[in-house]
Amino acid sequence: MSAQSATIAVNRFGLGAQPGELAAAGADARGWLRGQLHAAPLLDAALPNSGSILASADGMRRELRALRQSAAAAANPNTADASANLNANAAPFMRLRQYLRSQYVADALARLQSAAQTPRPFAERLVHFWSNHFAVSVDKLAVLGVAGSFEREAIRPHVLSNFRDLLLAVEQHPAMLLYLDNQQSVGPHSKQAERAATRGRTLGLNENLARETLELHTLGVDAGYTQGDVTNFAKVLTGWSIGLRGPLQPGTPGEFIFRPQLHEPGAQSVFGRRYADDGLAQGVAVLSDLATAPATAQHLATKLVRHFIADDPPAAAAAVTRVARAFERSRGDLPSVYQALIDCPEAWDDTPQKFKTPQDYLFSIYRGLKLPVEGEGALAPFEQLGQRQFAPGSPAGWPDRSADWDGASALMKRIEFSHAVAQRSGDALNAAELAPQLLGASLTEATRSAIERAASAAQGLTLLLVAPEFIRR
Amino acid sequence: MIASLNRRQLLKLGAAVGGAALVSRFSFAAPASGDARLVFVILRGALDGLSAVPPYADPHYANLREALAIGAPGSGGVLALDGQFGLHPSLSFLHEAYGARELLVLHAVATPYRERSHFDGQDVLESGHSLPHASDSGWLNRALNGLPTRAKESGVALGQNVPLVLRGPASIASWSPAVLPQLDEDTLQRITDRYATDPVLGARLAEALATDQIAAESQAVPMQTVASAMAPPQRPSRYLETVRTAANFLKRDDGPSVAVFDTLGWDTHFNEGGAQGQLAQRLGVLDQALRAFKDALGDTWSHTAVLLATEFGRTAAANGTRGTDHGTASAAFLLGGAVAGGRVLADWPGLGPKDLYQGRDLKATLDLRSVQKSVLRDHLKVAPQRLDEQVFPGSGAAPYLDGLLRA
Repeated sequence: MSAQSATIAVNRFGLGAQPGELAAAGADARGWLRGQLHAAPLLDAALPNSGSILASADGMRRELRALRQSAAAAANPNTADASANLNANAAPFMRLRQYLRSQYVADALARLQSAAQTPRPFAERLVHFWSNHFAVSVDKLAVLGVAGSFEREAIRPHVLSNFRDLLLAVEQHPAMLLYLDNQQSVGPHSKQAERAATRGRTLGLNENLARETLELHTLGVDAGYTQGDVTNFAKVLTGWSIGLRGPLQPGTPGEFIFRPQLHEPGAQSVFGRRYADDGLAQGVAVLSDLATAPATAQHLATKLVRHFIADDPPAAAAAVTRVARAFERSRGDLPSVYQALIDCPEAWDDTPQKFKTPQDYLFSIYRGLKLPVEGEGALAPFEQLGQRQFAPGSPAGWPDRSADWDGASALMKRIEFSHAVAQRSGDALNAAELAPQLLGASLTEATRSAIERAASAAQGLTLLLVAPEFIRR
Repeated sequence: MIASLNRRQLLKLGAAVGGAALVSRFSFAAPASGDARLVFVILRGALDGLSAVPPYADPHYANLREALAIGAPGSGGVLALDGQFGLHPSLSFLHEAYGARELLVLHAVATPYRERSHFDGQDVLESGHSLPHASDSGWLNRALNGLPTRAKESGVALGQNVPLVLRGPASIASWSPAVLPQLDEDTLQRITDRYATDPVLGARLAEALATDQIAAESQAVPMQTVASAMAPPQRPSRYLETVRTAANFLKRDDGPSVAVFDTLGWDTHFNEGGAQGQLAQRLGVLDQALRAFKDALGDTWSHTAVLLATEFGRTAAANGTRGTDHGTASAAFLLGGAVAGGRVLADWPGLGPKDLYQGRDLKATLDLRSVQKSVLRDHLKVAPQRLDEQVFPGSGAAPYLDGLLRA
C-alpha cells in the first residue's frame, strides 16, 4: 500500500522518480508531498532580473532605431536602396535578438536543471502549472528575453501564497503586459489621448489583457461576463505599463509603472460591481474581487484537477468540488488548495490517468537517469518532442489532455529520443535494476520481462523509457 | 546488418525479417469511388478578414481602419478582384488562382459562435457543433467516418498530434518531419510487442510506422531536417517542407484523402500593419506555402479543394495600438483545381455604424457551415442527412450552396 502511494506521489504529483526517491517518499507519501510546501520554490541560479534585461534590450532598440533613421536619411530617396538599408539594420537587430535569446537559453537551462534535480518536485510541478496557467510565449519577440524571469519573479515567489498575490504579481509583470499588449493601451478620454487628438492622432484601448485575464486567468470563459465587462476592465487597466529610459520618464526602466496620464478617468462597472476611479488601486480592486470569485475557484479547481488527477469530469467531478470548496473557504490560500488536492481519494487511484506531456516526459528521463544538463543542446529535445520551453504559442498555455499529446508522430518522437539517450548511455546503466527504482509499484510484469530479455543494456533502457507505465502517470 | 537499415528499408523487408507486425497499416482497401482530396487549413488566432480581403470600395472602410487601411488596386494597394473587394498585396499566388478561377473568396462569414474567446471559437470551428465543448470529436473526422476510403487512415494531421477537427472514430494518421535517428528493427519489434496489450500505444505506433513508410517512399523526408511539429508561419522553410510532404501523402492512390494544417500567429492586437508589416509578412508566407503545395500536388491539384478558415474575425475599427481586437465575421477561402472559383461570395453587410455587429464587428451574413457542408456533400459525397445530423448537428438552418465546386 505504501509502495503504491509512494509511486503515485512521485509520478503523479512529482516529476518522476530519481533513484532513491521512492524510498524517501515511501513511509508517508502524503506527508512527503506536504513537506515540500514549506517555502517558495525559488530558483537557485544567479540570473538577471526582468528590469535589467528589458533596459538593456531597450538600449539596443534605440541604437537600432537611430541607425535606421540615419540610413534612411543617407539613402537616395529616388533609388530607395532597400538592400543597403537592410544591411545597415541587420547586425544590430541580430545583436538584439542574440541578447534576448541568450537570456532565454540561460533561463530555460536553469529551469531544466531545477526540474532534473530538485528534491521538491511537487513544488516544482506547481511552478510549471501556474506558469502555464499564466502563459506567456516566446514566439512573441517582445517576451523572448523575459519569459524565464517572469517565472522566477511572478510565479515562483507566490505559488505558496494567496492566489490574489500571485494574480497581482502576474498582471503587473512586464512580461505579461508586453505579451498581452497592455503597455500601450490608452484610455480614450485620458490626458494622453486628448493631447494626441489635438495633433490628429487617435490613441485608444487594447483589450487583450483584460479579456484574457477574465477568460483564462480568473473567472473562466463560461462565467457570464459580457463584452461590456471586457471593455470596462480594459479601461480600468489603462496606465498599467512599463518604465522606459529617458530624462522625462518616470519609473525604473523595464519595471512596472502606473502611468496616470494614460488612465481612463471615471468609475467603471466590471462583472456586476462598480469601481471608483482610484488610479492604480482601481485595477487592484477589480483583480482582488476576481481572485476570490466563486467562478474563479471553480475554474482553477477544474484546471488543477485536470493537471494532477484526470483529464475530465465526471471521473474527477468530486475532486473538482472538493478543491473549489477549499479555495473558497480559504479565500484563495494556495497551500490549503493543494492540501485539498492531495486529500482527494481520486488522486490515489493506482490506474495511470494521465499521459505525460513531452516536457514532463523529458524531465522524468533526466531525473530517472540522472542526466547532466549540458549546454544549449539540452533544450533541443523539447522542441523535437513538440514542447519548446516557454513557447506554448497562445495565452491559453499548453493543452492538458491526453488527446492533445498522444498522436502517432508524437509517440514516435518519444521512442526515437529514448533510443538516442539509451545509445549514448551504452552499458553505463542497468535498466533491470533501474526499473523498480523509477516505476515502483506500477512496474508491470510485461515491462520487467521485456527489459530482462533485452539484447543489450541500451535496448533494455529504451524499453524502460518507452514502457506504458513510464509514458503515463 | 539489420541495425544499419533505416526504417523505410526494414519496412520493405517486412515479414521477411520477422517484422510482420510492422508492415503498413495503410491496408490498400478498395479504392474509393472518387479521388477527391480535401485540405483544411486552420488559421488560429482570428484572421483579420478586413485586411486579408479589404472591402476597399466600402465608404467606411478607410476611416475605420486608419493606418491599417489598404488602398484601391494600384501601387501598394489591393490586388483587384471584383471592383468591390481586393486581396491583400501579399497574396499574389491566391490572386493568380483567382484569375485561373481556382479561388473562391468568402466574406462576412462566421461559424455559429458569437462570443470572442479564441479557444472556444476554435473549438466550435473544429467540432462542428454550435456551442463550445459539445464534443470530443471533430466535423471532418465524423464526415470521413463510414466513407469508402483508399487507406485505413482516411485523414492525416500535419503535426505531431491530431487537432480536434480530425479527432473521432475514423482512423487518422499524424506526421511531422523526422528529427532524430531512427531505430533498429529489433528494438522496434520489441516495442511493438510490448504495446500489443496497450490499445492506444499499440495503435499509435502502428500508425506512425505506416505513415513514415509512405513519407519515405515518397522521398519526402530529408534526413537532416530539424523541424518541430508545425512551424508558425514566420518560419517559411519548415512550413514548405511540411506542405510538400502533405502533397506527397495526398498524391498517392493508397494515401489519405484529407489533410489538416494548423497555422498560428493571426492574433494581431498590436502593430498589425497594412500593405506591409506583421500581418502582411505572415500572409506572404502562407501564400508561398500554398503555391508550393499546388506545385507539389501536380495533377492531383485538379481534384483538390483547400478550405482556409479562422475562428472569428477582428474589430472593424483599428484599436488604440494600431491593431485590432477580437471580432465576429471574417473572410475564408476555398482554393483548388476542383473549385468553381474566380468569384467573391459575399452578402456584404456594410461597415456603417448601424451595420456593424454590436456596433463594432463585421456582421456575419454567411454561415461557415453552409460552405463546409456543401464542400463535403459535393466533393467528398457525404450524404446531406449525415451532414445535418451527425457532422454539423443542428445546422439544418444553414442552407447548402450549390456550385462551389466544378461539376
